[in-house]
Amino acid sequence: MSALPTPAAPARRPRHPRRARRLRDLRRTGATGDKPATGGNPATGENPATGDNPARGRAPATGRVRRLRENLVAYLFLSAALICFALFAWYPIVRGVLLGFQQVTFAQPAEWVGLDNFRRLFADPLFATAWRNTGYFTLLALVFGFAAPFVTAVVLNELRRGQSYLRLTVYLPVMLPPIVTMLLWRWFYDPGPGLFNNVLGVLHLPAQQWLESEHLAMISLVLVSTWANMGTTTLIYLAALGGIPGELYEAAELDGASIRRRLWHVTIPQVRFILLITLLLQVIGTMQVFVEPFVLTGGGPDDATVTILLLLYRYAFVYNDFGLASAMSTLLFVVLGLFAGLYLRLTRTKD
Amino acid sequence: MAATEPRSRTLIAPAELTRPVGRFLHRFVLGATLTGFTLAFVFPLYWMTTGALKTSAELAEPRPTVLPSSWHPESYSEAWTNTGLAGYFLNTVLLAFGALLFQLVIDVCAAYALSKLRPVLGNAVLAMMLATLMLPVSALLVPVYLTVVDVPLVHVNLINTPFAIWLPAAANAFNVFILKRFFDQIPTELLDAARIDGAGTVRVLVSVILPLSRPVLAVVSIFAVVGVWKDFLWPMLVLPDETKQPITVALNRLAEFMPANQLLAGMVMASVPLLVLFLLFQRHIISGLTAGSLKG
Repeated sequence: MSALPTPAAPARRPRHPRRARRLRDLRRTGATGDKPATGGNPATGENPATGDNPARGRAPATGRVRRLRENLVAYLFLSAALICFALFAWYPIVRGVLLGFQQVTFAQPAEWVGLDNFRRLFADPLFATAWRNTGYFTLLALVFGFAAPFVTAVVLNELRRGQSYLRLTVYLPVMLPPIVTMLLWRWFYDPGPGLFNNVLGVLHLPAQQWLESEHLAMISLVLVSTWANMGTTTLIYLAALGGIPGELYEAAELDGASIRRRLWHVTIPQVRFILLITLLLQVIGTMQVFVEPFVLTGGGPDDATVTILLLLYRYAFVYNDFGLASAMSTLLFVVLGLFAGLYLRLTRTKD
Repeated sequence: MAATEPRSRTLIAPAELTRPVGRFLHRFVLGATLTGFTLAFVFPLYWMTTGALKTSAELAEPRPTVLPSSWHPESYSEAWTNTGLAGYFLNTVLLAFGALLFQLVIDVCAAYALSKLRPVLGNAVLAMMLATLMLPVSALLVPVYLTVVDVPLVHVNLINTPFAIWLPAAANAFNVFILKRFFDQIPTELLDAARIDGAGTVRVLVSVILPLSRPVLAVVSIFAVVGVWKDFLWPMLVLPDETKQPITVALNRLAEFMPANQLLAGMVMASVPLLVLFLLFQRHIISGLTAGSLKG
C-alpha cells in the first residue's frame, strides 16, 4: 500500500498534431479509417453524441475549438483533484520548506529569520537524542521486523496445511487501529497485573520494567510495532515466494543442494529485490514512528524514547513553534529523501 | 487458494516430506506455528474481548484470569451509553464514509480525465501527483495543519469540521494511480461505441467505466475507510473539539478516566468494524496490498 509505483509510460501518440487530431476524429465518428487522408467522411460525420459540426477535422479552426473544449471538459473533471492536491500537497511542500526559515506565530505575519531555526535546533540537546533514539528504533525494527516476517513467510510457504488460517491471523493486528494496539499492549506491559510479567512469573523468570526501564523501553516499543506491522510484510514476502519457479528448486535438488543451500542459492536471490524494497520502505516508515512512544512512554523514561516525530509534535503543537518544527521536518525530509531516491533508482533499474 | 490448484515446488521437496523424519518435522512445525500464531495474534483479541466482561476489580488483580470469574456484558452497553462512545463511534463512521465519498468522486474523476480524456499536460499533472507519494507524511504535518487552519485564498478555518479530514484525504496519489492504471486497460473501442450510441462524457464514466471497474473501486474504498478509521494523530490535531472526535482519539483521551472494563469494551468497538471488513474482503485487501507493492 505504501509503495511508490513508477508512472506508467504514456500511450504512444502520433507525432503530427494535425494528423493526430484527424485520426482521433475519424475514430470518434466511427469511420473505418480506410482513407485517413481525406479527413473524414461527411456522410457519416454527423456525431450523435454532440450533434454539431459534421465537417469537423477538415477545417483547422473548428478543430482547434473542439480540441479546446475537450481540454476544458477534461480539466473540469480534474479540477476537484487539482484543488485538493494544490491545497494539501503541492502548496504545503513549498510552504514547509519556507517555514523552516521563518518565525511563525498566529498573532503576527510570519517573519524571515534565516538559519535561526536550524541553529536553535542544533542547540537543543533533545535534538541529537531524538535522532539517536530514532536510529536505534529503526535498527531494532529492522532486526525484528525484517527477520521475523521473512522467516514466517518461508515457513508458511512450506506448510501443506493451515496456510489460509495463518495468513489470516498474521494480518489481524494490521487491521486494529494503532491506538487500540497501544492501549492493549500498555496493559500487557503493566508491571502489576500485566500479562507479560505474569507469564515470566510462571516461567520463574524475573519480572521486567517493560516501559519504565531506560534499557528496555525502546525494545518494548519495537516489539509492539513489529507485532502490529509484520502481517503486511509477511504477505508481501509470501506473494514473492509463491512466484519462484519450482524448476529452480528441482534443478538445485538434482545437483545435490541441501535445504540450507537451496534457501541460500535459490530462495534468497529470487526474492532479493523484494527484500531490498521492503527494507527501504521499512526504514522510511520506522523513521516516522510516533504513536508507539506517544501513547506508551510519552518519550520517557528520561527521554530514552523521544523520537524525531515526537519532538516535532512537541515543537509544533505543544510549544506552537511552527518554524522550529518545520526546520526539523525539512531535515527529516532530506534524510528520507535519500532513501526514497535509492528506492526509485532500484525500481527503475528493474523495469 | 492453496488446496485445489497443484502446488508448485518449494524449498522442501515432496520426497523429503514423505520420509518419516520429514513428516514428523512438518507436523511439528505446523503445530508450532498454529499454536504460536494463535497465541500471538488471536489471543490478544480474545483477551481484550473477554477482559471487557470482567469487573474492574478482577482486572486489577495481580493474577490475571483467562476466563472471567463473573460475566458482565453490561460493560459494553455502559461504555456505549455512559461514556458517550456511541457518539465517538458515529463520528468515526461519518469521517470514514465522508472521506470515502470524497476520495471516490474526486479521484475517479481525476483518473478518468487522465486516462481517457487525456488533456494537454495530463502526464505532467499525473507526475506531479505521483511525486507527492515520495514525501514522508510527517514532513507535511505542519504545513498542511497551517493550511487547514487558514485555507489560502478563501481564508476558511477548517479546524473542527470534517472537511479537515475529508479534503486532505482526497489528495491521494495512490488512488489516482491505481484507478488510472485500471481505466487504461478498458478498451477505447468500448467508449467509442457508447459515444456513438449517444452517451456523453459523464454517461460514459457512469455506465461504461464504473461498472467495469468494480474490483479496483472495492480496493480503493476499503483502503479509504480503513485508513481514516485507523488514523490517530491527524484527527487529534484538527478536531480539538471533544464532541467531534473519532473513537480512536477519544479512547486515548479517556483511557485515564474510564473504568478498565469499559475502556476495553470501547477498544473492542473501535476494532470490530475493521475486523469484520477484513474477514469479508480479505481477498480484495490482500490483492490490493500485493498489487501496490509488487507490481509497481
